[in-house]
Amino acid sequence: MSTTLSASTLLAVPLAPLVGSALAGVLGTAFGGNFIGRRASHTFTILGVLVAFILSAMTLKDVIGGARFNETIYEWMVVGGLKMEIGFMVDGLTAMMMCVVTFVSLMVHLYTIGYMEEDAGYNRFFAYISLFTFSMLMLVMSNNLLQLFFGWEAVGLVSYLLIGFWFNKPTAIFANMKAFLVNRVGDFGFILGIGLIVAYTGTMNYTEIFAKAGELGQLGFPGTDWMLITVICICLFIGAMGKSAQFPLHVWLPDSMEGPTPISALIHAATMVTAGIFMVARMSPLFELSDTALNFILVIGAITALFMGFLGIIQNDIKRVVAYSTLSQLGYMTVALGASAYSVAVFHLMTHAFFKALLFLAAGSVIMGLHHNQDIRWMGGLRKYMPITWITSLLGTLALIGTPFFAGFYSKDSIIEAVHFSNLPGSGFAYFAVLAGVFVTSFYSFRLYFLVFHGAERYDQNPDAHHGHDDHHDDHGHQGDGKPHESPWVVTVPLLLLAVPSVVIGYLTIQPMLFGEFLQDAITINTAAHPAMAKFAEIFHGPLAMVSHAFFTPPLYLALAGAVSAWYMYLINPAVPAAMARALRPLIVVLENKYYLDWFNENVLARGARALGTGLWKGGDQGVIEGGVVNASWKLVNLVSAAVRRMQSGALYHYALMMIVGVMLFMTYFVWLAK
Amino acid sequence: MMSLSLGHFLAVGAILFALSVVGIFLNRKNLIVLLMAIELMLLAVNMNFVAFSHYLGDMHGQVFVFFILTVAAAESAIGLAILVLLFRNKASISVEELNTLKG
Repeated sequence: MSTTLSASTLLAVPLAPLVGSALAGVLGTAFGGNFIGRRASHTFTILGVLVAFILSAMTLKDVIGGARFNETIYEWMVVGGLKMEIGFMVDGLTAMMMCVVTFVSLMVHLYTIGYMEEDAGYNRFFAYISLFTFSMLMLVMSNNLLQLFFGWEAVGLVSYLLIGFWFNKPTAIFANMKAFLVNRVGDFGFILGIGLIVAYTGTMNYTEIFAKAGELGQLGFPGTDWMLITVICICLFIGAMGKSAQFPLHVWLPDSMEGPTPISALIHAATMVTAGIFMVARMSPLFELSDTALNFILVIGAITALFMGFLGIIQNDIKRVVAYSTLSQLGYMTVALGASAYSVAVFHLMTHAFFKALLFLAAGSVIMGLHHNQDIRWMGGLRKYMPITWITSLLGTLALIGTPFFAGFYSKDSIIEAVHFSNLPGSGFAYFAVLAGVFVTSFYSFRLYFLVFHGAERYDQNPDAHHGHDDHHDDHGHQGDGKPHESPWVVTVPLLLLAVPSVVIGYLTIQPMLFGEFLQDAITINTAAHPAMAKFAEIFHGPLAMVSHAFFTPPLYLALAGAVSAWYMYLINPAVPAAMARALRPLIVVLENKYYLDWFNENVLARGARALGTGLWKGGDQGVIEGGVVNASWKLVNLVSAAVRRMQSGALYHYALMMIVGVMLFMTYFVWLAK
Repeated sequence: MMSLSLGHFLAVGAILFALSVVGIFLNRKNLIVLLMAIELMLLAVNMNFVAFSHYLGDMHGQVFVFFILTVAAAESAIGLAILVLLFRNKASISVEELNTLKG
């Protein structure tokens, strides 16, 4: 087994999807003259992603065998002493991310063939998702902050393009603008963090930065008594908050559901939103130095995990329920980061990528089967119409709520254990939040599941069917009875393929990922200061023992309680939720308004910014610059010339007089002044 | 008998110059008077040149006087030519009526 990887192989991983994207995006659209058709577009892009997936899988195999790679491929430029380079750093963390990204992307590419079948932007969509795959791979494979930032912005751009994919839909345009603006807030923090690192270390290369981490940890932030490392870490984490949709920068993610479902699965559940988690894990040598930053991360993650879960309970749009579930799960990952259990966060990232992509794609399949109805109040009883979607959704839901032996069980229970052992001041709150979150997750997941797949069939009672929703693609053209139908094989095969890892990946990988050597060189933990992982390792005796241990801990029973109460409230006695909604009206109003954060953003921040802009425009630009500088100068010139013009009388004797006066003045100057 | 000093000559030059300035100031009727006043001004300058030339023993000043006289002659010729044309056009050489020299 070689100890290093081939640079050209690694280079091919991101470039293959880029080539596919360029072919579909240039030749397959009006921009390049519609040179190639739909079949060619999806063939090229899928081939590109398939190549990337196969190479990633081979890389993962080599990495498990001990191979590593950390080299600069190309030097872009050198500014002063600062090198701007493109390079790859491949270790366990990167190899795992590469496989997750390419696998989910491949599934989504396949699925899109079915989902976007009738859409006019078919080729454009494939170009975008392949471009996304390229950007995400550049992000995860990077060995320096510049390339990380490039990938970071590129995935943000593609996310923007895809949320607004149906650009004739005003809500989609609003949502993509919102996603872009909220991400700018996060990116502002991120770029400040990168700037601070560059200012104090003079390099953007991970290895070089980590080598200087000890020195960085000693410095104070100039002009304050803060630690420099705390400022850096919090700035970087603000970037992660934007990208990974952490409270209060989470507001864009639910709205991003305006985009087509495949991208909700790929970008807004499985990969892009986990970029922040990945980045913090990658930067663990820096974050380990600042307890303040870790505490901040812990609390933000706990707030997101619990409170976003509550919002999932009252949503009626199938995709939004899954979106809030994603937010809540991202909160869990963030909590794990805060507890210094980086490997657990990454482990949950991986399992979540599979089961959440599965849930999203299943939701998309349901949407297709119901002719683009997304309201779960008008679903129900779909089990018998869509058997494959039903069974895969059930598996995904079980994985999400943490049923023993499923993927989510291992990752989520690991997070809860790690937080339990954390010694940070915020860990008490975080432990409560993640425990309560288990019940909430289970409740909304099974609410969704029961309302969609069980109970009475309500698909024909939708009052606004066939006129309430958008006109992008409506009639499937292959049956007229309006009954739900199972999706074609290109949709169900990805569901089945994603269901497999959703079930088994946790059991198979918990040992190597959390306690083995796989992530050991990628993640640094200061065990003396943050003993959570070490204590967790002491009580861990293999995946089977973890299941038997779970029967003596609250999470399992909380999940069960959530599922049972959802079952009782939505299948057995549907009067209960209505009665509860009446009884808890004020609470429901707060939840329906999403804690008034959108209201606050629109009315205070956006309107405040606009008022500031108007003030500066009216007062600063029109008042001072235009009135005080531009207009005043022409007025002054006008005034002076009006006076001077009177001297030009046209009378000859005036001019003669002027000449004399001039001569006198010159003479005076010559005689007395110019000595 | 009082001998002539440089001061006397300069005084004559100054008087001539002042006379011509007053001539330009006061004259509102006749353009020819204006031209003559300008000639007188030049002669006042010439007087200074000659006086300084003599008392400093430097001949350059007197050479300069010849130049000025030549230029003055040319200038008078042009001035009178303009005056003739002006008279043909406006039938007047009154300075007061010459007020069209403006933009």
